[in-house]
Amino acid sequence: MNAVDIDDLTKYYGKTRGIEQIDLTVRKGDFFGFIGPNGAGKSTTIRTLLGLIRQSGGRAQIFGLDTVKEREKILARVGYLPSEVSFYPGMRVRDVLKLSADLHRRDCREMGGRLCERLQLDPTRKVEDLSFGNRKKTAIVCALQQEPELLILDEPTSGLDPLMQREFFQILEERNKEGTTVFLSSHILSEIQNHCTKAAIIKEGKIITEGSVAELLGTGTKRVSIRGSVDCGSLTGVKDLHCTKEGVDFLYSGDMNALMRMASRGDIQDITVTEPDLEEVFLHYYERGGAEYDHSET
Amino acid sequence: MTILKHELRQGKITFLIWTAAIALLLMICVLIFPEMRGEMDAVGEMFSSMGSFTAAFGMDRLNFGTLIGFYAVECGNILGLGGAFFASLAGVSLLSKEEKDKTAEFLLTHPVSRVRVVTEKLAALLLQITAMNLLILAISLLSMHLIGEDIPWKEVLLMHGAYFLLQLELACVCFGVSAFLRRGSAGIGMGLAAMMYFLNLIANMTDHAKFLKVVTPFGYCEGADILADGRLNTGYAAVGILFACIGAAAAYWKYTGKDIH
Repeated sequence: MNAVDIDDLTKYYGKTRGIEQIDLTVRKGDFFGFIGPNGAGKSTTIRTLLGLIRQSGGRAQIFGLDTVKEREKILARVGYLPSEVSFYPGMRVRDVLKLSADLHRRDCREMGGRLCERLQLDPTRKVEDLSFGNRKKTAIVCALQQEPELLILDEPTSGLDPLMQREFFQILEERNKEGTTVFLSSHILSEIQNHCTKAAIIKEGKIITEGSVAELLGTGTKRVSIRGSVDCGSLTGVKDLHCTKEGVDFLYSGDMNALMRMASRGDIQDITVTEPDLEEVFLHYYERGGAEYDHSET
Repeated sequence: MTILKHELRQGKITFLIWTAAIALLLMICVLIFPEMRGEMDAVGEMFSSMGSFTAAFGMDRLNFGTLIGFYAVECGNILGLGGAFFASLAGVSLLSKEEKDKTAEFLLTHPVSRVRVVTEKLAALLLQITAMNLLILAISLLSMHLIGEDIPWKEVLLMHGAYFLLQLELACVCFGVSAFLRRGSAGIGMGLAAMMYFLNLIANMTDHAKFLKVVTPFGYCEGADILADGRLNTGYAAVGILFACIGAAAAYWKYTGKDIH
């Protein structure tokens, strides 16, 4: 059984597109990244999964349960961290954590206390007095304290300092090793690249690619930068070619020996061959529709 | 019960302020009655020369020289308006504040059905109104006892019962409205309560506008009618109960299918 199964999911806000015919599968135990810029449809997808908004078409299941008909059963097994955190006025952190635990009908005091300690969150503080980062930490503890089977995190690190981000991802990785499925929506690509095993990219309400992060990075594709003069017209597998006065820069998925032979015929001061990063993949999908990364062509 | 308890805690300060304000004003009015009694003949004469204005407040049919006549006018203005504003404000903000303050996302991503959310919030609202009315009634009765007057139990209980029903009606109607709102709602609640109050004043001034009493809950709270008939107007009260039921049903219907942004 998959943790998340989305089939032909569509949401329109009146005539405005939210998401269109999304198909997505997250398997149990995955650490799944959901990438897209603001307005691409990440939050709409998440809000539909959580039953906050009703889809216009298609269906979604979490742990095999329908997100419309069996919402409460699903939410009992899900921890959610929203991108924008708001709490009821006049409450202290410990009151918010207790309210969340009570709504889950669970006693989460021990786990909540441990998480507060790890995230350096003072449970006696009033939520109105908290900084944005500390409010985020409160929401993180709410999402994690009842030890859910699925964590849905919508841009979770905004407001957290780098040390807290590291601690947060450490907690997520521990939970993931224990079997928790993590669905992480973000536009910070390094987060996805460093922590997720699988990812999907959403653009203008549609999933444009999905797979393992390694696949998305294109295991056979390298970024080649050459300073000097070469003639790469004879090479096959060259994409995204940029020629400047100083040299050339391109993505290469062809035979490495052919690349070396071509290089030896030229006048080269320097050559670097690197793995393209996820940001590069993402930008190409967004700026050029992903043609350079269509591996079937290369 | 978690949501109910949470709502009661959240609304505690507002509840205490409104209850204290209304109870204190009623108490003051009752406590000054013995001093005012001697001047009531002159006051009655003055009011009788004010034409429609006198009729609007039902003062043409009430005897200011008696405690219950005096109380019916004061009770009508203080408990009627105060209670109506509290009930409307509390009802109209109960669901909409979750979206306005963006706490709906917190609440509705927990394993609670929307029917449960509406039910517990409505129960909290009704509990607050009930507690408020019991406290105010107790303080009113205590004040009457303090000035050494015989308590006209039946009339007082009927009047307080009518205002309790008025508050329930306005609260339920506003609660229904609240399910349709996403932003500020206080103006709608206050506006609705004030409009209902003035509709009753207009209905009192001319027979041509008598039909308005069917619409406004102040119609069945008219002290002069209650004292004259010794009962509430069951027709108006039944319409009030019907409006309350429609308001509550609208809240369930809208909120259970609503997109939360």
